[in-house]
Amino acid sequence: MIERALARLARIIAGASVRWTVPPGPPEVQRVYFGNHTSHLDFILIWSALPEAVRVRTRPIAGADYWGRGRVRRYLATRVFHAVLIERGALASHGRENRGALQTIDVIAEAMGEDTSIIVFPEGTRSADGALLPFRSGLYHLCQRKPEVELVPVYLDNLTRILPKGEVLPVPLLSRVTFGAAMRLEPGEEKRAFNDRMREALIALRDA
Amino acid sequence: MLPHFPQLNPILARLMLGVVVLLIIGTIVGAVLARRATSETAQATVANLNARIRAWWVMIAVFAVAVATGGIGSIVLFAAMSFLALREFMTLTPTSRADHGVLLWAFFIFAPIQYVLVWMQWYGLFAILIPVYAFVTIPGRMALAGDTARFLERTATVQWGLLACVYCVSYAPALLMLVVPGYAGGRTGLLFYLVLIAQLNDVLQYTFGKLVGRRPIAPTVSPNKTWEGFIGGTVTTVAIGTALWWATPFPPLVAGVMSLVITIMGFAGGLTMSAIKRDRGVKDFGALIQGHGGVLDRVDSLLFAAPVYFHLIRFFYVP
Repeated sequence: MIERALARLARIIAGASVRWTVPPGPPEVQRVYFGNHTSHLDFILIWSALPEAVRVRTRPIAGADYWGRGRVRRYLATRVFHAVLIERGALASHGRENRGALQTIDVIAEAMGEDTSIIVFPEGTRSADGALLPFRSGLYHLCQRKPEVELVPVYLDNLTRILPKGEVLPVPLLSRVTFGAAMRLEPGEEKRAFNDRMREALIALRDA
Repeated sequence: MLPHFPQLNPILARLMLGVVVLLIIGTIVGAVLARRATSETAQATVANLNARIRAWWVMIAVFAVAVATGGIGSIVLFAAMSFLALREFMTLTPTSRADHGVLLWAFFIFAPIQYVLVWMQWYGLFAILIPVYAFVTIPGRMALAGDTARFLERTATVQWGLLACVYCVSYAPALLMLVVPGYAGGRTGLLFYLVLIAQLNDVLQYTFGKLVGRRPIAPTVSPNKTWEGFIGGTVTTVAIGTALWWATPFPPLVAGVMSLVITIMGFAGGLTMSAIKRDRGVKDFGALIQGHGGVLDRVDSLLFAAPVYFHLIRFFYVP
């Protein structure tokens, strides 16, 4: 009940229209929805744009440093969105993987289990001006762990303007959520090639 | 027992009945045309027509409720339209990261206060809140934010959005402030007449344009607005507006002049908004929501018409 009402409310606040360039696909397939990260509203919006049958089995991955703080935020993150709270910077680690990063991947893989999908932002942090930042390695490592999952790019339009980094109150402009076609990690695919391919798929949705 | 609608006086009741009869005829004609249309373009045109007629049913229902609940219903309705229109306008016009604060002021301070003033019937402040206070606040606040790139363009954008979507639109419910001695149409009669004439003009210009439109008036702005549509729509609307003089406080000749003013201002408002849309490279203001025109596309003919109509009545008919 609360979830459905909140999903609708989030779409109204962000004036969101939702586009699927291909149909959503069966809800029981495990997927990673990955989007461009520009505001704190991002995962809420992707989550609210999913069909209900998909939404109930999809958990956002959120930074514990923001969503774990404060009673309201914590309640929303854990009880309503069923977010997996992680220590930020770990999943997003550059270059040499430290143990913390791999532990975070473990946490996420465990949370996914056999039937749960997730929402992630491979840039690791919010972009200040809406331009897509380089992808970090978390998505790649997760796919190595779970190569069978479908990867669905989700482009968020105009959210930088609605709630830019550093602002508290959103301006009620219109936004758009565009879902792309599902992809997979190719056998033997290198990290850089994989990240480039994912990034290009996301950028292609901007102009779709 | 019937519910008590204090604002539903005989004049309004008759006007609404007339609109409902028109819509019923339109719906039947639309259904017949949908069966007859064979070619693909004809089917598309008829589908567009029927979508408009359906939107009209919704509009008349909403408007009837608003009018029947008296002043507050109309004020809430137009406040909501202002909010949605402003949202569409600001979405499609470029603002910078530094304008966040100013946009919050526009949406959450100036727009609500403007409608509170309409509700309070405080004409003195209603008429100057945005042209004076918002006009000086916005550039001041933007200068404080420190981003000087395209400064004039950005301030003008926010000022224009507020003026068009909030100030101009709020003149429609502000008609409720005007008490014309001896007029039996009640406070909402003037408003209903304005909306009816403006929307009739939209429909008639569209219809004439589709049927006989050849020469576009401003081809670079809107290829759909033709001389034939403009003249056919204006003449017919003014004729209807004159024939409805009994629903206004005006004698027939003045009702005709008022209708002419509403149609010309409606055309100018629509053309101006088309120019903005063309500049931003979109077909309609609801473009982010595919397949729907936005609220701003629906109210663009009221933008210029409402304030001029208001001030003409206030100057000549309100003691």
